[in-house]
Amino acid sequence: MTDKIRVATVSLAGCFGCHMSLLDIDERLLQLADRVAFDRSPITDIKHCEACDIGLIEGGVCNSENVHTLREFRKHCKFLVAVGACAINGGLPGYRNYIPLEECLGESYLDGIGIENPQIPSDPELPLLLDKVYPVHEVVKIDYFLPGCPPVADVFWTFLTDLLEGREPALPYELIHYD
Amino acid sequence: MKQFIQDLAEKNNHQAKQLLQILREIQSCYHYIPEQAIEQLSGLLAIPRTRIISVVEFYSFLHLTPKGQYELLISDCITDNMHDKKNLTDYLAARLNVAVGAVREDGLVSLDNTSCTGMCDQGPAGLVNGYALTRLDRARIDLIADLIERREPLAAWPADLFQVEDNIVRPGLLLKQSMVPGEALRSAFKRGLKATLTEIERSGLRGRGGAGFKTAMKWGFCADEAQNERYVVCNADEGEPGTFKDRVLLNSFAHQVFEGMTLCAAIIGAKRGFLYLRGEYLHLYEQLQGILDQRRQAGLLGVNILREGLDFDIDIYLGAGAYICGEESALIESLEGKAGIPRNRPPYPVTQGYLGKPTVVNNVETFLAASAIAVNGADWFAKVGTEKSSGTKILSISGDCARPGIYEYAFGTTVQTLLNDCGATDVLGVQMGGPSGTFISSQEFDRKLAFEDLATGGSVIVFNENRNIFDIVHNFTHFFAHESCGFCTPCRVGTSLLRKQVDKIYEGHGSAGDVAALEELCQLIKNYSHCGLGQTAANPVLTTLERYPELYQGKLKKISYEPGFDLDGALDIARRLAQRDDAGAHLSQVGDHE
Repeated sequence: MTDKIRVATVSLAGCFGCHMSLLDIDERLLQLADRVAFDRSPITDIKHCEACDIGLIEGGVCNSENVHTLREFRKHCKFLVAVGACAINGGLPGYRNYIPLEECLGESYLDGIGIENPQIPSDPELPLLLDKVYPVHEVVKIDYFLPGCPPVADVFWTFLTDLLEGREPALPYELIHYD
Repeated sequence: MKQFIQDLAEKNNHQAKQLLQILREIQSCYHYIPEQAIEQLSGLLAIPRTRIISVVEFYSFLHLTPKGQYELLISDCITDNMHDKKNLTDYLAARLNVAVGAVREDGLVSLDNTSCTGMCDQGPAGLVNGYALTRLDRARIDLIADLIERREPLAAWPADLFQVEDNIVRPGLLLKQSMVPGEALRSAFKRGLKATLTEIERSGLRGRGGAGFKTAMKWGFCADEAQNERYVVCNADEGEPGTFKDRVLLNSFAHQVFEGMTLCAAIIGAKRGFLYLRGEYLHLYEQLQGILDQRRQAGLLGVNILREGLDFDIDIYLGAGAYICGEESALIESLEGKAGIPRNRPPYPVTQGYLGKPTVVNNVETFLAASAIAVNGADWFAKVGTEKSSGTKILSISGDCARPGIYEYAFGTTVQTLLNDCGATDVLGVQMGGPSGTFISSQEFDRKLAFEDLATGGSVIVFNENRNIFDIVHNFTHFFAHESCGFCTPCRVGTSLLRKQVDKIYEGHGSAGDVAALEELCQLIKNYSHCGLGQTAANPVLTTLERYPELYQGKLKKISYEPGFDLDGALDIARRLAQRDDAGAHLSQVGDHE
């Protein structure tokens, strides 16, 4: 077990679509499992990550908890990877950046249709929303970027096998062009 | 309004290519382009309303929402900033009780920044309803604020506020010679048009806009095109920050410029020409129209010019605040009433220009020089300069010097000579050719003004040792992000990312990899952009990074990473709404792993 590469994954402000796409490598998962051990990840349900080789981050940064999680990953992972459109550009959650946060929360908790007992949630347990959704590389240093919404399974496979073989990861054009 | 727009469309023969000129008049009358006007124009000009909206959104001087009855714009050129522009703008904002970028509640006045207005030798400068204001100081701002509060019409404002000086400090070959209107044309007809083109070729004249294409070759290509409808365009969209020579040439040498255009028309066989005048030079418009009228009356424009069978006339088109329109194919798009988005080249304008017809586009100074060569001959011109850059170059010198203004030098003159003449001491460096040009350090003042060494469209900005390189780079990088036309992604997104990255380092949030990331971004923008704007937008960073790498590194914190924005500040709104201030409601700027 000890010589296995340790990988942690997380979804911040994302939809888990990138994680689903990782699972789309299908039977190659078994090959991967021979060489990789998952640390913190929805796959393992480990709550906090420890020293890892690779951290895969799905989703952008929308609240204070995302910041803490991202920093935990940065602290423990040798290589941190921004996975998918939301991590890289803010993606779909980033569309709220065109609307002031006051209006977003007002619509959801104060003035929206059918709201009873209108109030902005203020429990200290709840993470506060950032004014905007930020791409992960604007909050911590990121080593690699896997574009796509989601990146196709072969992107994950190519990238991970490159790293496992000790090669500088290189994604062929066919895998990352979208026009 | 309905009648006004109806008349406007009629005056412009219901032609869609007049759209920009029509919109300028609507903006000037209503201080915005009302939705109703867009609907009506769409019908009158038979173009979709979306096209009209795209043009309004493209040009800085056109607006979809109302601006003040007095639209105040303050020039944000680096030279204005070196003369206390920021404090003066704040003072003006406080005097008029209007925020920068906003319209006052009563709709009387709006205030905003604008790109360099070409008054660098007499700044800080601004525009009110399009007309140039110069030498702004607190006293003049007090006066302006009072005039606005009293709702005094611009015509009743003291003329001194609008006084624009030529400041010709060092005239040379071109600026010293005086020419009688018609002299160049008479010489050309006497010599023969073919022989005159040969004369211009022999003079070695190259385009004065900065790129330096051989003028005679351009005219020859255009003349050789099979089409019989051709156009002459004078590019007076002098938008490169720090350049103001064309303003002076058009103020005091307009006959000679128009004569150069007419000469070109005679040689290439054009019947119509355009002077594309940048919107910031609105104050020259009436005067230039007057000169065109004089020339018509003198038989130097119109039908059968000088009884030589040449028919040619010139129209003046006004720009509306878009730097990119100085690029010749964007300028042509703008002349056709569209957003100024550069075309693919080739085909070049000499084969497919205005309305798809062969078109010569030259700089103001090029036409001026061409007419002087027609009079004085090739040798007169070519005897000065260098082998590859013959003749002289007219420069606009500004910044930290005792005598800012217009200087004309033979090509081959060293930067040190310029600096001595304009009274610059303790010089840190010089920006040659404006933001899109090169920053040279005090180690390079023996370099020469020439296409083969330091090419410039005319902008020379001097910085003394009290200036901060990053203030300069910051200003220029913001300029390009603002002026990107938005057509291609490397420039549209790239210049914004570049602005963000420069801001990050400028504001002290830079960390280990940030200069490397900055440089990588610069290369991407430079190598992948569609036109010259994007290809040069990274020059301020690249040319200073090359010369002062240690300054850049010195700005970086000794940690691997820090966000470029105030992370805890990004929680302000949520904290206020949730009425929280507990420890969990805050974030440190840098993680404990750094």
